[in-house]
Amino acid sequence: MFALYLREVRLGVRAGGGALTGVLFFLAVVAVIPFGVGPDLDLLARIGPAVLWIGALLASLLGLERLFQADREDGSLDMLLIADGRHMLALSVFVKCLAHWTANVLPLVAVAPLLGLFMNVPPVGLAAATLTLLIGTPAITFIGAVGAALVVALPRGGLLVSVLILPLSIPVLIFGVAASRGAVAEPDPFLPPFLILTALTLFFAVIGPAAAALALRNAD
Amino acid sequence: MSETANLTARLTALANPTRFLALAGNLVPWIGGASALVLAVGLGMAFAAPEDYQQGITVRIMYIHVPFAWLAMFCYAVMAASALGTLVWRHPLADVSLKAAAPIGAVFTALALVTGSIWGKPMWGTWWVWDARLTSVLVLFLMYLGVIALTRALDDQSRAARAAAILTLVGFINIPIIKFSVDWWNTLHQPASVFRLDGPTIHPSFLWPLLISAAGFTLLFLTLHLMAMRAEIWRRRVSAMRRMSARAAEGKLAEGQAS
Repeated sequence: MFALYLREVRLGVRAGGGALTGVLFFLAVVAVIPFGVGPDLDLLARIGPAVLWIGALLASLLGLERLFQADREDGSLDMLLIADGRHMLALSVFVKCLAHWTANVLPLVAVAPLLGLFMNVPPVGLAAATLTLLIGTPAITFIGAVGAALVVALPRGGLLVSVLILPLSIPVLIFGVAASRGAVAEPDPFLPPFLILTALTLFFAVIGPAAAALALRNAD
Repeated sequence: MSETANLTARLTALANPTRFLALAGNLVPWIGGASALVLAVGLGMAFAAPEDYQQGITVRIMYIHVPFAWLAMFCYAVMAASALGTLVWRHPLADVSLKAAAPIGAVFTALALVTGSIWGKPMWGTWWVWDARLTSVLVLFLMYLGVIALTRALDDQSRAARAAAILTLVGFINIPIIKFSVDWWNTLHQPASVFRLDGPTIHPSFLWPLLISAAGFTLLFLTLHLMAMRAEIWRRRVSAMRRMSARAAEGKLAEGQAS
């Protein structure tokens, strides 16, 4: 399992993996927001955490379609399916999701504070937004695995993955933004939405790989 | 025990599409007639019902808006049950049922949104607010469209069916979470007033027409669903026959070239 994790991370980080493209996309999304809403610093500070969350959500959707497709093309997906008896397929999917998250989404979380500075978010808000992104984005990857597994046989499934996943990831977005706003705006609490966000991630860590494994077995 | 066995046996018997087609063919005129009758009575009562002292005549939209919203959820429940049927029992009719129900459910959801919007304009003074109920129905609508897109995207029937079933079930698990999170996020729509533990808070003169027209729309849904399932079975038969005839023609061509 650890070998699988290392292999996936190495493949993802290497040139041609989408990690850098994802970061650039995140940067571009955040950079066009001030052009759209105007350079008012107070307004930007207020919507800053939300913009960071939306940008990270969109950017983490980018590489998802490749999650299983590359493996299907070179046949290693079949190996995973055959090895189901020794390593549970859902567990392999779980490890793949973690590796995908490490290679593609963790860089997004790492640059989030920098982009937050552009949006004039105060330091506490920056820390909160980064922390919620760190906790919440795995949930998006786990949901995304279901979508990626469903369309694995399609040649151009990327757009379909996004259409299928975005409605399902709304709770993650709501609680992520609520928690990061709660850290800055005084009356709103930080801890309850943050704990719910954690619960969502754990919940989808179970549901996502199980459903994705079912879909992968169905795909061939 | 024997009842369950009986039910299972009956469901298994329905797995034969010809038998199902015969049964559906017999049922459709009756259910269709009943739904027309009940709808006529329900809508008639809706127009005979008193006007609301605040909302005036616009309250009549309720008699179609609320049944549409109920059916939007009911249809998703039917789809989730069919999805279980596909994945657990591999019942051949379950995937037909799921595929046939998705567009009907999407239309009911869209109608609920549109009628709600028309009702909201005079009452709330706006076509749309980002309120919890409206938003969760909108998300439901998006999920219907996702399921439809997925069933249309895959060529292979059985594979498309199982993919749609997995998506439907994941969505079904998710719906309570979405509902809860959206409620927590923002709310303006009135809370439930018909199905409550302490009895309905709505006056009987409004409640009866509402329940009857809801029953009428449910019958209408069942009619449409059965008809769509029949159409889907026939469509599959036609495409199977076409494939067979194409194969036969190819075979003949090959024979002709060989001789």
